[in-house]
Amino acid sequence: MASKPRISFLKSGGLLLALALFAPLATAQKESVPAPKDDSVYAELAKAPKKAAGRRNPMEHDPEAVAAGANLFDQHCAECHGATAEGGRKGPSLLAPQVQQATSGTLFWILTNGVVRRGMPVWSKLPEPQRWQLVSYIKSLGAAGKPSQ
Amino acid sequence: MINPRFSRAGFVLCLTALALAGFHSPAQAQESPYIVAYDHYLEEPGSLELEYFSTFGTQRNGNDFHSFWVELEYGATAWWTTELYLDGQTTFNDSTIFTGFRLENRFRLLQREHFINPVFYFEYEQINGADKILKEDEGHDVEADYAVPNGLARKEHNHELEFKLLLSKNVKGWNFAENTLAAKNVTGGNPWEFGYAVGASRPLALKASAKRCNFCRENFVAGIEMYGGLGDRHSFGLHETSQYVAPVVAWNMPSSWTLRLSPGFGLNDNSHTFLLRWGVSREFSGFGASVARMLGGHK
Repeated sequence: MASKPRISFLKSGGLLLALALFAPLATAQKESVPAPKDDSVYAELAKAPKKAAGRRNPMEHDPEAVAAGANLFDQHCAECHGATAEGGRKGPSLLAPQVQQATSGTLFWILTNGVVRRGMPVWSKLPEPQRWQLVSYIKSLGAAGKPSQ
Repeated sequence: MINPRFSRAGFVLCLTALALAGFHSPAQAQESPYIVAYDHYLEEPGSLELEYFSTFGTQRNGNDFHSFWVELEYGATAWWTTELYLDGQTTFNDSTIFTGFRLENRFRLLQREHFINPVFYFEYEQINGADKILKEDEGHDVEADYAVPNGLARKEHNHELEFKLLLSKNVKGWNFAENTLAAKNVTGGNPWEFGYAVGASRPLALKASAKRCNFCRENFVAGIEMYGGLGDRHSFGLHETSQYVAPVVAWNMPSSWTLRLSPGFGLNDNSHTFLLRWGVSREFSGFGASVARMLGGHK
């Protein structure tokens, strides 16, 4: 009598539990392939609607925006894009010309909407000012890399 | 008396928690403060969030209780999050028991952000009648159901399927979430039961500070949630249902830890008068990649 519930657990719950634990990890292994080196990963930038791409960064002249953005980048983005945004196993380089030449509005749009199909989550859970701070930081990386005159 | 099977499960969980504590995780969690309601945000792909929640509940005509559950939440992809719950409870002057497990999946239905963002939720529960975590309120669940002694209640075994449509929207730093649920206990001829949860929350500051800090206002998110049953297929509505309202607050620390606190109040005579909930969670980013490496995948 006492073993009946255990058998039932193994038949129904145990199987489900095993599937639930291993299926997502298998998916992750499949999806977390190295970031493609080709430029197609940047194609999403071109999909930003004109109105969104034209938005100006309200934090542009905020002296603390870059430092705050650097903190946010470290906390939320470095895992995939690399500590210095050079690109990581999952995320492309943000130092690439395609990103650095994109408008602030475009980068904000990408942050807000993510690229879910390619594994980048939506970041609209960060309040709007924080997303603009991130844009300020990402843009500052390109400026820092420019050769001095 | 503590059930030996429960204490073994607790030991394994503690061991897992200790092992996970060794993972390097620079990511700061950005968690919503809701305990019952869901917004439309999923776990980041490859991240594991380990959560412990606790609820103290008052009980008229019975013993007060302390229920608790552990959640393992994993971001399988950017559009799919899967969770395992392990539930237990202590009823004062009675016993401490393991009450079952739940498997939950959430699927983002639209690729981009929209005016309202829908997420489909599916859960399978294998719990016994003594489960008291009150993670959702459905059908005609009322306070009197929880007064049954553990020894008797645990003999009832339930296999339940639960479906939810999660709708959520962000406006000017505020998040508004609305969840509708339909659940069916497939053990016996139980009717479909319905319930809801709504919530609103906002960080105390919208801009991030230039320096990392634990006590900055942007790390705190406060709000309120309300949830309750909506009857069943035969008698839909608020009649003989329990209803709650609960202020909620979350503290997202830069060290990837999140603390949540929520005092809940019953809104009618069918509800527990008071529920005090709190939770602690930690996010382990890059968990999936670490496991893949351990299993001999890519370097």
